[in-house]
Amino acid sequence: MKYNKGAILRSIEQPFLRDDVPEFDTGDTIRVDYKVVEGNRSRIQSFEGVVIARKNGKGARSTVTVRKVSFGEGVERVFPLSSPLIDGIEVVRRGRTRRAKLYYLRELRGKASRLKVDVRRQEEDRAAARTARDAKKAQAAADADAAAKAEEEAAAAEAAEADAAEAVAGSEPAEAETTDEDAKES
Amino acid sequence: MKGILGTKVGMTQVWRDERLVPVTVVLAGPCPVVQRKTGERDGYDAVQLGWDDVPAKRLTKPALGHFEANGVAPQRHLVELRDFAPEEDAVTVSIFEGGETIDVTGTSKGRGTAGTMKRWGFGGLPATHGTKKKHRAVGSIGTGKTPGRVYKGRKMAGRTGARPVTTVGLEVVEVRPDDNLLLIKGAVPGANGSLVVVKGSARKGGA
Repeated sequence: MKYNKGAILRSIEQPFLRDDVPEFDTGDTIRVDYKVVEGNRSRIQSFEGVVIARKNGKGARSTVTVRKVSFGEGVERVFPLSSPLIDGIEVVRRGRTRRAKLYYLRELRGKASRLKVDVRRQEEDRAAARTARDAKKAQAAADADAAAKAEEEAAAAEAAEADAAEAVAGSEPAEAETTDEDAKES
Repeated sequence: MKGILGTKVGMTQVWRDERLVPVTVVLAGPCPVVQRKTGERDGYDAVQLGWDDVPAKRLTKPALGHFEANGVAPQRHLVELRDFAPEEDAVTVSIFEGGETIDVTGTSKGRGTAGTMKRWGFGGLPATHGTKKKHRAVGSIGTGKTPGRVYKGRKMAGRTGARPVTTVGLEVVEVRPDDNLLLIKGAVPGANGSLVVVKGSARKGGA
């Protein structure tokens, strides 16, 4: 039997993929807003910490391990990135690392467990945010312009229609004449 | 019992509401009905299903003759399912629906020559207290002068795996008739790409 295993599995996972997960890597600090259901009440709980591992590729099966130190105790949570329970993920800080997995942070405490801020990537983020904001503003302005223009055009069209109607009423005999002349000539 | 032949594609996960469900994907059918056996002629009722078209040159003349006599294209696999009489000439995944309980038979992965710990789940010998180079050994295989021999059927090391295994009571998570796919909750015996037989469960809840 010939079949494409990857394509089949992707087609099954595809509907679960989320496109609202920002780009981030190990060493970055992220905040995950996670829906928590308590009885029949659901609320959103934020978990902010350092990404110490990303696993299982880029597909719908990928997970992220986030570590934070809470009241002196290290806490790690693994989030499936395709989880419908994730309300949103936000990158808080970009960190510079030389490892793909930061398990060594578990051994470190306090000041030693800090990561250097990746200034370059953080600047890129800021720039991206700026352009996004500008683009949004420009888009909004363009939309407003377009709306105004559309309104103007609609008004103009209406007026034109009215004119045309009048013109048709007035010009019908004239038109008939010209066609007669044309016929003679031919 | 109704059933179908298929190929194990691999495993993945699907979200069911807010729970992650591990699934095995099986590419199954349409399986042509090669032969129907009846009680009066053959002594039992069954249907012989084929799976996976194969070039004629890959089969022996007797096998080709069997397919020709029944007007079916040559198939790589032939499996007989007792007490199943599909109305159509080919069985598709549509015979199953989501939520159904099923049994899946496959050929387990071969492990080669394996010791008793892997093969039979023996405990091995102690890790400490003077055990020397015998941590995974069998230990005693018999008593003494009486009976003076090792009993037949003694569990020992040897060829492991690559035998038929049936996993009972699995759940069909989803059926995709357009793609001939079955999504089965949990693991299924065998390597990816190997033949599996999916049947309605003999257990409670099965059809």
